Amino acid sequence: MNVIVCLKQVPDTETQIKIAPDGKSIVTDDIKWVMNPYDEYGVEEALRLKEKFGGEVTVVSLGPKRVTESIRTALAMGADKGILISDDALEGSDSLATAKALAAAIKDLDYDLIFTGQRGVDDDMGVVGASLAEFLDVPQFSVIVKVEVAEDGKSVKAHRPVEGQVLVVESSLPALITTQKGLNEPRYATLPGIMKAKKKPFEEKTLADLGLDPAKVGEGGRKVKILELTPPPKRGEGKIIEGETPQEKAAELAKLLHEEAKVF
Amino acid sequence: MIDFSLTSDQKRLLELARDFSEKEIRPVALEYDRDGTYPEAILKKAHELGLMYTNIPEEYGGSGMDYVTHYVVTEALNYDCCAIGQMIGISHLSTGAILFGGTEEQKKKFLGRMTESYRSSCYCLTEPGAGSDAGAMRTMAKKTSDGYVINGSKCYITNGRDSDLLCLFATTDRTLGTKGICCFAVPRDTPGISVGRVEDKMGHRALTVTEIFFENVELGRENLIGEEGQGFKLAMMALDRGRVNIMAVCTAIAQKAFDEASNWAREREQFGQPIGNFQAIQFMLADIYALILATRAMYLHMGWMLDQNIRCTVEAASGKFFATDAAMKVTTDAVQILGGSGYMKGTVVEKLMRDAKLTQIFEGTNQINRMVSGRGILSKQCIQF
Repeated sequence: MNVIVCLKQVPDTETQIKIAPDGKSIVTDDIKWVMNPYDEYGVEEALRLKEKFGGEVTVVSLGPKRVTESIRTALAMGADKGILISDDALEGSDSLATAKALAAAIKDLDYDLIFTGQRGVDDDMGVVGASLAEFLDVPQFSVIVKVEVAEDGKSVKAHRPVEGQVLVVESSLPALITTQKGLNEPRYATLPGIMKAKKKPFEEKTLADLGLDPAKVGEGGRKVKILELTPPPKRGEGKIIEGETPQEKAAELAKLLHEEAKVF
Repeated sequence: MIDFSLTSDQKRLLELARDFSEKEIRPVALEYDRDGTYPEAILKKAHELGLMYTNIPEEYGGSGMDYVTHYVVTEALNYDCCAIGQMIGISHLSTGAILFGGTEEQKKKFLGRMTESYRSSCYCLTEPGAGSDAGAMRTMAKKTSDGYVINGSKCYITNGRDSDLLCLFATTDRTLGTKGICCFAVPRDTPGISVGRVEDKMGHRALTVTEIFFENVELGRENLIGEEGQGFKLAMMALDRGRVNIMAVCTAIAQKAFDEASNWAREREQFGQPIGNFQAIQFMLADIYALILATRAMYLHMGWMLDQNIRCTVEAASGKFFATDAAMKVTTDAVQILGGSGYMKGTVVEKLMRDAKLTQIFEGTNQINRMVSGRGILSKQCIQF
């Protein structure tokens, strides 16, 4: 079973994000870049399938050179090969262009399953997985918490939480799955794994290698334009509930939740 | 060229060690300290991830790290609990002598077994009557036609109870002092070995320390590491590296205490402002930070010396007492900054202060380390910068 994991490098979720002077992007100095946490679930699931069925895990990513580090992390966890699509012309690409480039890199590979995170934790678009499935013309399951590949390795069942219920869907392979928290607990990259990672195959591809038109990607090719980024509103001051007895306080709290906070 | 930047591999290894400490050690550190728990599950996981036996070369199944990387990883592994961190670290001290003095065959046999699946080890040097004065060792290795018979007892042996392999020091001739000492690699299942009392300690409570008794323990020639009489030299070689290790451990202890104290100084308010606004607290934090910078620079420097095969006996002895005295001062001051909250049982800084005390005592008391250093200085063994 050959599995592809698409990986995005995002700012560490503990990073203090600052909006750049242009109002449309963030300040990238001093950011600690990490693998998108949803993609870690993809790597882990792919490795488990490899352990069960054999085959190879290939990690595909798009972005500047620094993304190499995140691919190496996946290789250290146990993935077999890395591919980085890196080209100055890709700078500023929207989700659709990203999916197009990923599809161009993946289409000729031999694969049974593709994992992408259900979204990147940076801009929370959640578009790449679906678009990629479309471009590759494979079935897609989104926001999946459990993956069961049939013993014969020819079909997959995927569990998706829906309002407290579980929807189980099935498809033939190849297919694309977008991962949700709860799918698994990603493993540590072991120390021998880290040492071995640098010797594993790693390829870099440009737009020319993929036969893509630079005009259709990058800032110029965007179909979705970012108009403005705004910081979340400052949190207001807390309110202390007054009252003589617990009953009085509870009644006041219920009233405020209903009338002011409008939570019910 | 002096370059303190870490390579991307080193960064990743550091991240692994930090992650491991945060997720596996931090959640249980205070509980294990309270109960004196043997951290078996953590040790097994560390072994699985390759964090144990980082000193053993790849050909014997270890990860063959250079010393600088090894110490950087050690600091990270000891940040949340130095007792648990050193239960991982003791494996390096115990296998050190075998690595330096063993033949190819011995390394394959003894070290290969340690790395192939989870096995732990201990370093048996100290005796009731032979602490700093290793030459007063009484454990006897009596020569026989095809090997040795060991009789005697050891005390304060870290991980003594649960070890699979013992790095044992014993003498063939007590009149020879340190020159009679031999080093043996002894599998724990050799008949005649028994474990005595498990000590109840003030600090380092998750680190098991025991007595070990040897009664007519028969060993073959293949258990002798190096030549007869080379044991003391091998013990000291392992200790040189172990002392640099202690410096990294102490840097971790001090860093943790510093983080606790500086967070407290920012948050704790008295007289209507954070106590960090007061110069008295600022000066303490500044002194603490300077010591951390110094101890970290020292272990990196000595790690580099070891990587260049530069002998660092005097430097490791000096660094050992400096870093451990620093850890003691820093943790005492951290308790002072936290005040009543820091003195209460079950708080982090209180544990750190108890833990720090042992570092001034083990792997050579700070007094014997000052003697080693002083003698080395007078016999011109220090490095020229």
